Amino acid sequence: MMKKVLAKCYLWLLLAMLYAPLLFIAVFSFTESKVLGSWTGFSTKLYQNLFTGGVSGGSALLAAVENTLLIALIAAAFSTVLGTVAAIGIHNLKGRKKQTVQFLNNIPMINPDIITGVSLFLLFVFLGVSQGYATVVLAHITFCTPYVVLSVLPKLSQMNPNIYEAALDLGATPAQALRKVLIPELRPGMISGFILAFTMSLDDFAVTFFTRGTVGLDTLSTYIYTDARKGGLTPELRPLMTIIFLLVLILLVVINIRQDRANKKVKR
Amino acid sequence: MAKDYIIDIQHLSKSFGGVKVLDDINFYIRKGEFITLLGPSGCGKTTLLRQIAGFIAPDEGKILLEGKDISGIPPYKRPLNTVFQRYALFPHLDVYDNIAFGLKLQKLPADEIQKRVKRMLKMVSMTDYEDRSVDSLSGGQQQRVAIARALVNYPKVLLLDEPLAALDLKMRKDMQLELKEIHRKMGITFIYVTHDQEEALTLSDTIVVLNEGRIQQIGTPTDIYNEPVNCFVADFIGESNILKGRMIRDRRVAFIKHEFDCVDEGFGEDVPVDVVVRPEDIYFTTDPAKCQFTAKVNSCIFKGVHYEMWVDTDSGYELMIQDYDPYAVGSEVMLYIDPDDIQVMHKERTCNVFEGKMVDETHVEMLGAEFECLPQDGFAAGDEVSVEVRFEDVELLDHQEDGKLAGEVHFLLYKGNHYHLTVLTEDGDHIWVDTNDIWDKGDLVGIDIPKKGIKLSKRNG
Repeated sequence: MMKKVLAKCYLWLLLAMLYAPLLFIAVFSFTESKVLGSWTGFSTKLYQNLFTGGVSGGSALLAAVENTLLIALIAAAFSTVLGTVAAIGIHNLKGRKKQTVQFLNNIPMINPDIITGVSLFLLFVFLGVSQGYATVVLAHITFCTPYVVLSVLPKLSQMNPNIYEAALDLGATPAQALRKVLIPELRPGMISGFILAFTMSLDDFAVTFFTRGTVGLDTLSTYIYTDARKGGLTPELRPLMTIIFLLVLILLVVINIRQDRANKKVKR
Repeated sequence: MAKDYIIDIQHLSKSFGGVKVLDDINFYIRKGEFITLLGPSGCGKTTLLRQIAGFIAPDEGKILLEGKDISGIPPYKRPLNTVFQRYALFPHLDVYDNIAFGLKLQKLPADEIQKRVKRMLKMVSMTDYEDRSVDSLSGGQQQRVAIARALVNYPKVLLLDEPLAALDLKMRKDMQLELKEIHRKMGITFIYVTHDQEEALTLSDTIVVLNEGRIQQIGTPTDIYNEPVNCFVADFIGESNILKGRMIRDRRVAFIKHEFDCVDEGFGEDVPVDVVVRPEDIYFTTDPAKCQFTAKVNSCIFKGVHYEMWVDTDSGYELMIQDYDPYAVGSEVMLYIDPDDIQVMHKERTCNVFEGKMVDETHVEMLGAEFECLPQDGFAAGDEVSVEVRFEDVELLDHQEDGKLAGEVHFLLYKGNHYHLTVLTEDGDHIWVDTNDIWDKGDLVGIDIPKKGIKLSKRNG
């Protein structure tokens, strides 16, 4: 009995420590104080400022948010296409070759972001590509694609290996078979991959920092970094972070529900 | 070329990674025929079907469809449709859309599609299922949908790749009858792949028996059953007693140390042959005048329709007999065989023949190893020789490392009083062995050939 209580306490303590900082930000997003940690009474003024543009940093913050979302969307879209095609290719390989390529696909995911960032930076310099929006997008596609491959591959191995052939057999050209049979079958994996890629891109700092060049491009993470170094966080970042946290939470819940449903379907 | 050949396969060969899966396959299929490709797993039957469907390109040879070579045409342009082993229905489409898939690609008018899909659903007795998701169907129902999906396109030939293998016995029997009925109604040529000999005998107009990438025999089910051309076919199709024999002259053959009248001619006089007698073709008699040999009943098992008995003959051979009446174990019985029921086959080989090279006067190199042989005049080191080894002179050992060569028992045949084994060496050479010891398929064995068993002769050229 005692053991059970202790175990429960431990769990709650752990959860509290994980979520306390987030909760802290969320709570203090509802007060006007400039300094984080002092409560000056409940207010939604920071939220108002955020949405009406009355922020001290002004348009720069909004531009950063816009950049972040747009880059994440483009990167997720491209890496979903690339990753799906790559997954189909890997699935059709055999034996050693397949293992090797899968291993090579996993390395960039384990590789520290900072190294990915620096090496992409060096590559762009070496190739003489001027860095800016395009290089950031390219870099994001690069590190997002393996995640899509990873979420599409299991769908491929669950699939009946003959259904592509069955489509050809019934008169579909390879392109038609891809569109009418393969993609509908892989769609759940592709959507999971897209969401995963989107959040990875949203979250990225290191790679963006090294590939954005000197044109003054900011995503949210680089903006916050610069802002914090200038002396204290802009207070409006607190409601923004709260909103982003909620969005990510909703995305996660959606992914989990989808997976749950998929599992149930398999069992039946 | 005759007009009624719908498919004509000429000199088809295919290798995967250096292993020959199909070796010079030649046969034709008549329009409207139900033809079965029959063989054990790994015999190349599925590869052959996939080449006809267009999923694999042949290395050599041609596949003619109505006289035109289709080898280079992709599967989606071939007027053929396939029923896959694991159904391969599209899970994201319902029953109706699965069946309509091919017709929609052809861009047929909607009412025409609906008419044809409904007709097919009726044909496979699935009329009320059109809105169901395919995941909710049983295996048998899924297979019906798969058949309907293929047939709705009115293909010139329907290919079926072990379509009933995943169903239970009762369901399989029902589906066999239904397939036969569908074949009769549609009049479409069926090419059916199976490893189940009973299924092949039940369904087919013609059976093509395949083993190790080669056609063993082509014929009607009765031909194949009653007149197998070699031991493999006799053993694979139904139960059989396969025995060593000797053709004395036309219409007279000796086996199990007795002489019998038979109906076979043209083998020559005093020629070694193999003899097949089906277990249901050995009869019991109480008339001493009819009796050809006697035997003692060794075991008797009830098999439902008949009793299966093993008897020891007066000459020391074991035979299997099937009869409607049981005979007590231990009883002495009189037996006879009708001349019609004795199937005489050419021996595929009478001894092992290897190519070798003399190392010195008493050693010969063959099969990738060196063997000692008795000293013989007229052979010098480096001479190319041909080596004969009788089946019974090959020794098999329990442990691979004890032999000169390591091998695996690949195929075995009981010949009444001994086993005839095909042993595959690690280099892929075949060695045939007669032995009284009991081995199982897949056993790993050491192979040795004693020096007295090695007979040398000069190779010409």
